Amino acid sequence: MERKQIPVVERILSANDRVAADNRARLQGHGITTVNIMSSPGAGKTTLLLATIRALGGTCRIGVIEGDVASQVDADKIAQAGVPVVQINTGGGCHLDATMVQQALEALPLDEIQLLFIENVGNLICPAGFDLGQDYNVALLSVPEGHDKPYKYPGMFEFVDLVLATKTDLMPYMDFDLAEFRRLVQGLNPRAPVIPLSARTGEGMEAWLEWLRAAVKGK
Amino acid sequence: MHELPVTEGILRIAIEHAQKAGASRITDIHLVIGDLAGFVDDSIQFYFDILTPGTLAEGAKLHFHRVATRLRCWECGHEFSPQERDWTCPQCGATGGEVLAGKEFYVESIEIE
Ligand SMILES: [Zn+2]
Repeated sequence: MERKQIPVVERILSANDRVAADNRARLQGHGITTVNIMSSPGAGKTTLLLATIRALGGTCRIGVIEGDVASQVDADKIAQAGVPVVQINTGGGCHLDATMVQQALEALPLDEIQLLFIENVGNLICPAGFDLGQDYNVALLSVPEGHDKPYKYPGMFEFVDLVLATKTDLMPYMDFDLAEFRRLVQGLNPRAPVIPLSARTGEGMEAWLEWLRAAVKGK
Repeated sequence: MHELPVTEGILRIAIEHAQKAGASRITDIHLVIGDLAGFVDDSIQFYFDILTPGTLAEGAKLHFHRVATRLRCWECGHEFSPQERDWTCPQCGATGGEVLAGKEFYVESIEIE
């Protein structure tokens, strides 16, 4: 049997990227600003979203897509805050992909939403590889995780638009060097500002809300 | 874990191109993976072995061509490959740089019979 080599050169995630482009067009068609939120498990994504909904809910119509390996717990909390929310359970998968978001969009009242948050599955590696159709990417890194994390997950920090150092109320108890953290993030990605905040005490929240307002207006 | 959908993607691409070329089987698949892409060779191989029986790619050999991270220093423009946990420019000591290479992730070619 004759053997031959054929060149392919096709991006492995091309199928995902096509669906993501569809999502992006659809969201933009509805005038929605979409923010993809990523972090390790337990960095405080849901707490931050609840605080953000409380602070902005009166002036901006918010919607949420909740990604989780399993369970509906976070989505229930968001729903109680009075905003439309769809839960995606990945059934063990460690990130959301564009097709999951495409299905979630079917279940959201898109005409009633200005700002859509996608709370990605807790993981600092794979969410960076999968475009969902978002406008902005935000990474959370909580103070207890340590300031040296950017170099363990360069793919994540290198690609985001904003970095939030969360749980700053724990700073007095942790060996977290904020200046060093900023230096490492800036080295990977000078585009991304670093905002330290605590959703629990409200410290630094205003800077985050200001960034969001600009993101919504800037669309 | 995220290598499962990724491996399905590799297989889909390889089989599409093999069918187009009228192949009876795929013998080799050449992948290009940047060190920043976040994908592990062993995991892709693991899922590949599970997914391929009964397909055109059954028994095919996967070749991983790794691309090292290359940066261009923000400060002095020097190009360098950083050490794993240290993105310090060896020329001027500044931290980090623009990513020139390391995010690649594609099927380069396949070999068919
Ligand atoms: Zn330099």
